[in-house]
Amino acid sequence: VPLGHTNLDEFAMGSSTENSAFGPTRNPWDLSRAPGGSSGGTAAAVAARMAAIGFGSDTGGSIRQPAALSGVCGMKPTYGRVSRWGLIAFASSLDQIGPFGRTVRDAARFLGVMSGHDPQDSTSSVRPVPDFEATLEDGVKGLRLGVPKEFFGAGLDPAVERCVRDALRVLESAGAVLVDISLPHTSHGIAAYYVIAPCEASSNLARFDGVRYGHRTARSGSMLEMYRRSRTEGFGEEVRRRILLGTFALSSGYYDAYYVKALRVRRLIKDDFDAAFRGVDAIVGPTSPIPAFPLGEKASDPIAMYLCDALTVTGNLAGIPGLSVPCGFTPAGLPVGLQILGHDWDEERVLRIGRAYERETPWSGKEPPL
Amino acid sequence: MVIGLEVHCQLKTRTKLFCACPNRYGADPNTLVCPVCLGLPGALPVLNRTAFELAIRTGLALGCEVAAETKFDRKNYFYPDLSKGYQISQFDRPLNRRGALAIDAPGGKMTVGITRAHLEEDAGKLIHADGEEAGGFSFVDFNRCGVPLVEIVSEPDMRTPEEAYAYLMALKSLLEYVEVSDCDMEKGSLRCDANISIRRPGAPFGTRTEIKNLNSFKAVAKAIEHEAHRHAGILEAGGRIEQMTLTWDAVAEKTLPLRSKEDAHDYRYFPEPDLVPVTAPADLQDRIRAALPEPPAARRERYVRELGLPPYDAGVLTADKAVAELFDRLRAEGLPPKVASNWVMSRLLAVLNDRKLGPAIFLPKVTRIADIAKALEAKTITNQVAGELLAWVLDSVETETVAARIASLGLAQVSDAGALEAIVREVVARNPKIVADYRGGKPSAVQALVGQVMKDTKGKANATVARELLLKVLG
Repeated sequence: VPLGHTNLDEFAMGSSTENSAFGPTRNPWDLSRAPGGSSGGTAAAVAARMAAIGFGSDTGGSIRQPAALSGVCGMKPTYGRVSRWGLIAFASSLDQIGPFGRTVRDAARFLGVMSGHDPQDSTSSVRPVPDFEATLEDGVKGLRLGVPKEFFGAGLDPAVERCVRDALRVLESAGAVLVDISLPHTSHGIAAYYVIAPCEASSNLARFDGVRYGHRTARSGSMLEMYRRSRTEGFGEEVRRRILLGTFALSSGYYDAYYVKALRVRRLIKDDFDAAFRGVDAIVGPTSPIPAFPLGEKASDPIAMYLCDALTVTGNLAGIPGLSVPCGFTPAGLPVGLQILGHDWDEERVLRIGRAYERETPWSGKEPPL
Repeated sequence: MVIGLEVHCQLKTRTKLFCACPNRYGADPNTLVCPVCLGLPGALPVLNRTAFELAIRTGLALGCEVAAETKFDRKNYFYPDLSKGYQISQFDRPLNRRGALAIDAPGGKMTVGITRAHLEEDAGKLIHADGEEAGGFSFVDFNRCGVPLVEIVSEPDMRTPEEAYAYLMALKSLLEYVEVSDCDMEKGSLRCDANISIRRPGAPFGTRTEIKNLNSFKAVAKAIEHEAHRHAGILEAGGRIEQMTLTWDAVAEKTLPLRSKEDAHDYRYFPEPDLVPVTAPADLQDRIRAALPEPPAARRERYVRELGLPPYDAGVLTADKAVAELFDRLRAEGLPPKVASNWVMSRLLAVLNDRKLGPAIFLPKVTRIADIAKALEAKTITNQVAGELLAWVLDSVETETVAARIASLGLAQVSDAGALEAIVREVVARNPKIVADYRGGKPSAVQALVGQVMKDTKGKANATVARELLLKVLG
């Protein structure tokens, strides 16, 4: 039973839900701060107990990151697990719809409902959907969990690191084996992502021309003027920035240097994960390098905003499933998220690990002081 | 002249290339549309398997190498008739490559290479009110948006407008034959752009220009001729050809610049992320190849070689696949090749042209048509009666056999001299003037009397016998 629509960064472009024509959404744990983004509205709604579950879309971390910053569970399935029919396309090879929930079980059940092959989406998988709750309580005994050293480098907030390392110890006590691993190309993820995603977006958003639907300028002139004015008036600043970036990177003379190069890096990032998963069952670490930041703090610094996705974009580039579960609070009372990444189609195990952690800890029961 | 042609032909599928909308011409505007072909947010393309197979069939018919694996790319540009702001097409790995088409050019047989033949979607149609874009309104009809096209690019192997014309005729004939397209330029199911440059014989290729908006094969030939002259004029005056795209003004019969190289689109091609690569494995190609109908040229040669038909007849019969099938079916009914060929060419085609019908209308009636032909050959009936019977077979819904009708209406040729003699004498008695002409030294006058005997016998008299009798009676 749909309860309503939630706020988001326009066209899913953003990490704070501040790029919205409707105004920003506030983090229920601290109303002066952002809930994360781009699916910050749903994260906040679930955190504030307005709804038990909600949809988000994750292209570079847009479910996992706001889940972490807002203290709820959020999952991005394997690319192709959930149909993209009906999702306003941002970056077609990266977008996935996924669930938010207060608990891992809620997220798992909701994911099961939305998953499955859709003949209207040529990229949706025909792979059968397992019951994601079936092995949820099986625990982590004997599971090998990779801890990538690149996820704990400079830029990681010390309070976030403390919560995440505590969480890893909990998992260890529950029987998991922690293994140090390396995902060497992690640091190139943002660069690759912020070429590939804007390129695809520049094409996906070309249909918003005012001809058939959407905003059309009141001041029409020639066809070219109508297009230019409608799109300039209709799109927000960040959207226009990414469209221009993407158009540039695809244009003649730059295509090889940027788009093709980014695709090669993407391949290397996928190879990193493939190699890691030969030795471990899942990968764990922080979801976001920083906790919720004050509204307006990064709004005028796009690069700083982009870096919020540093730990989540590689999951999208590789197409693998990822879950964020609450793993504590900073001294300032801001939620921290633990990220669990699995190999392709392994949502079951990712959820199971999240549940194993959740049942040893009190976080899922905590509510924001609203 | 160096000429290359790009032909876009719409595939005869039931539905569009990436959605389930009907692929149909002439419907009310914007009634054959859906979220996918309208480019609504959240819509995604799904490849039409039939279109894919027809595109393979096209490639095989053109002798192309079919790619074992192929993919789609986005061709990005803004125009109101392009609903997504990009066209899903194929860029660097087209489905079909390196084929050839044999054509009968005025200078003799030649082969035109086919560089590639790929699959892509069509755009919608802009309709300008008041003939102007500014000032008046422009309307967009998306019925055509998403219709499957095969774009066939020829090698620049043609050297004269006549060769270009012959290429188009041969291509249209082939595509109709293998039933991938209706190839109707008036309905837009076949469109052509021409690329032309000029050079001195043996010199490297000159700069080429592209001509669009060519609405008939004749227009293609005329435009090429005109544009070649334009190039020549510039070069002779010491100028340089500027690479550009022009439009053909069919009224003024000249080319007009549309856009220059600087204004040329940068299409920013990249692989279509909403579609997965598709395979055309060997067994699929073999299956499609095996189902290919015999191409017109081969059929023509077979008619000459195996059936002993004159090349002209073979050409007429194979120009249209339905006509060739009609011919084959008549032969299957037991008519000798020359008889069947004569019937098709001199009687059936005449009726079709007269009534503006297609050859297929005769197919359910081939048995009875053959019976009439056999009766005529056996001289059971006269030519005139044969014509009447043919009309009856076409127009009536009666199922009487030809033999039965000949019997019941007494249509059999009257060859018996005894039966005819009375009528002959009556005709002679009735026409003293013509008889006088004949006896006065005009032998051909007897034909008029034969005609009257035919009329009196309602066409059943054996004309030869009637003529002999008349000559005898006239003395």
